[in-house]
Amino acid sequence: MLTAVLALTALAIVFGLLLGFAAVRFKVEGDPLADQIDSILPQTQCGQCSYPGCRPYAEAIANGEAEINRCPPGGETTIIALADLLGREPIPLDEEVGEEKPKTVAIIREDTCIGCTLCIQACPVDAILGAAKQMHTVIEAECTGCELCLEPCPVDCIDMVPVTEDIFHWKWPYPDETIAETKS
Amino acid sequence: MIRQLFNFKGGIHPPQHKAISTTQPIQPATLARQLVLPLHQHIGESAVPIVEVGDHVLKGQKIARAEGYVSASVHASSSGTVVAIEERPIPHPSGLSAQCIVIDTDGEDQWIEHGPPASNYTEMPASQLRNLIRTSGIVGLGGAGFPSYIKLNPAGSQVDTLILNGVECEPYISCDDMLMRERPEQVIAGAKVMRHALQAKQVVIAIEDNKPEAYAALVEACADEEFEVMQVPTLYPQGSEKQLIKVLTDKEVPSNGLPIQIGIVVHNVGTAAAIHNAIDLGKPLTSRIVTITGDGVAEPCNLEVPFGTPMQHLLDQCGGLRNDVDRIIMGGPMMGFAMHSTAIPVIKTTNCILAATRDNVTPPSDIMPCIRCGACADVCPVELLPQQLQWFARAKEFDRAQEYNLFDCIECGCCSYVCPSNIPLVHFYRYAKTEIWAQEREKEKADQARQRHEFRLSRIEREAAEKAARLAQKKAAVKKTAAGAQDAKQAAIQAAMARAKAKKQAQGNEPKNTDNLTAEQQQQVNKADEMRAKAQQIAESRRAQAQQAMADKQAKDKEEE
Repeated sequence: MLTAVLALTALAIVFGLLLGFAAVRFKVEGDPLADQIDSILPQTQCGQCSYPGCRPYAEAIANGEAEINRCPPGGETTIIALADLLGREPIPLDEEVGEEKPKTVAIIREDTCIGCTLCIQACPVDAILGAAKQMHTVIEAECTGCELCLEPCPVDCIDMVPVTEDIFHWKWPYPDETIAETKS
Repeated sequence: MIRQLFNFKGGIHPPQHKAISTTQPIQPATLARQLVLPLHQHIGESAVPIVEVGDHVLKGQKIARAEGYVSASVHASSSGTVVAIEERPIPHPSGLSAQCIVIDTDGEDQWIEHGPPASNYTEMPASQLRNLIRTSGIVGLGGAGFPSYIKLNPAGSQVDTLILNGVECEPYISCDDMLMRERPEQVIAGAKVMRHALQAKQVVIAIEDNKPEAYAALVEACADEEFEVMQVPTLYPQGSEKQLIKVLTDKEVPSNGLPIQIGIVVHNVGTAAAIHNAIDLGKPLTSRIVTITGDGVAEPCNLEVPFGTPMQHLLDQCGGLRNDVDRIIMGGPMMGFAMHSTAIPVIKTTNCILAATRDNVTPPSDIMPCIRCGACADVCPVELLPQQLQWFARAKEFDRAQEYNLFDCIECGCCSYVCPSNIPLVHFYRYAKTEIWAQEREKEKADQARQRHEFRLSRIEREAAEKAARLAQKKAAVKKTAAGAQDAKQAAIQAAMARAKAKKQAQGNEPKNTDNLTAEQQQQVNKADEMRAKAQQIAESRRAQAQQAMADKQAKDKEEE
């Protein structure tokens, strides 16, 4: 009886120490789940999910505070990828946050721009170039189409223009749709 | 010694329909009034125009230079005037437009001065030879359009076998067949240049056994050469590089690999003829043989077509289109794609223009659900699981599709051909492939956006910290000077007081003239002393109060800090 108790106690102590050591030795820095979620999000930093950027939204999902269907720019693809990662069922995009729109970039109408720098301050990826009282312009390749520059512009000189398709970026359409087209 | 032949798994035997376009010899296409030369006729970077609108150009003049490693030059295919450099529809499944140089021909068809290079190619350094092929704008004429000079660079590998691909396995197409029948000497001459460039040990020319005339012509043409001309049994898609290598050598090209890794290079016979023209005659690539065929065209034939000729012009030359034409396909019925208009020009990769009638095309209404018969897997020449791939593409599970080696699919169309439910399987794979590429591009862009956003956040944080530090420094400096001024004031007061005290002491505290005082005087003195003591006491207490207040204030300041 006593031997058994002692043996079990000894085992408990040994494994406790082992686990304690492992917890210290193999401690994971940061939040790997949030990182993984963040790498799936489209990084538009648009805040449509009601979080101030993609990273905070990723952390909210990781902590179970937010649903996976609050990212309109990512759309269906992102929701499926997130559902895959988290082992959940994909759900349709939350209507409250907006709808999936075709990709756009901001273009500044340069003859209307007054050089107020407000859009430069609003841009989450530093994609607008300019200085006070100088004309501003958007670096199209860097623009994520988040629309955050539209609201602060005092003269409404920024337009969201759909990204033009060329032969290098063209995608074959989903087959069923083409079938439907040829039917009609 | 007769080479032993091997098999690849799968494959199909679709009806050939080749005889309809081989009844007449190759004819030159009539010159179109306007030529539209796309800058993107090959795999890789688009060429960059080096002419301007209004320039007069001669046939064979370079009008756009190759940009980057994987690229090819574009040459004027007839003489005339450049009238526009603008976006025009090009042969592409999307029907989208891309940059083109538009030339109004002058009807002279005048060649630019050209001739064989000064030195024989056997004396040229390998890099110069390749550069000549590059500047001649030569790309693979079999259909893919990969710049040929890259495939003529052994890049340190030992090339064992150079295979000339004259298989032409796809139905309807007969341009390589006609080329081999009529111009076998060009093919052989080009093969010699290629053999020299690659230092290949042996050369094999493969021809399917449905082209006996071409086989005979080539055998005759290379009677005094050590080239092996092989007849291979007809089987689609044997003309695909990897399948042909398997048939001739029993070697398999690794997944995601290139034939050069196993010491083999494959070139199309048309490319060989083009290289002969460039190296031995100094003529850049300005035209190619195109098969104009299909049930929808009146007189099917093979034409030697200058690049940029609108397809409608060629169809007119072949007697025009029948009324029941459903679509115009560039390439064959298995791998080609429909054109959105007949104004689209012929480019370097246009081997065939197929006018398909309604009877040739599966109506979409006949598409049925998959019955899991497995016929597609039986015929797949790459040994994939077409049915599984189709499910994954349909469900947009692109990761799974890639796990099942979607990118090894050569889009030959065997699976769609045998599918009893008429499912457009290849369309699903093409959809999945382009979707995966698009996702990869988006991922790259997202990573860049994340990096820029994080940099911006850290910059804002750093700027705020710097601003706070500056403010604190300024505040400290102000306080120091204020405290210094107060100290000086205090010191002055102290000094004044000390001076007064010293003066007092020097004067002596004892009042003078106090001897021999009358009682009355003594009383007055006492009274004065009393009042002075009282005043001193009041002053003392006031000073103490002031000191206390100052101490409080200082303490308060300190707290605020």
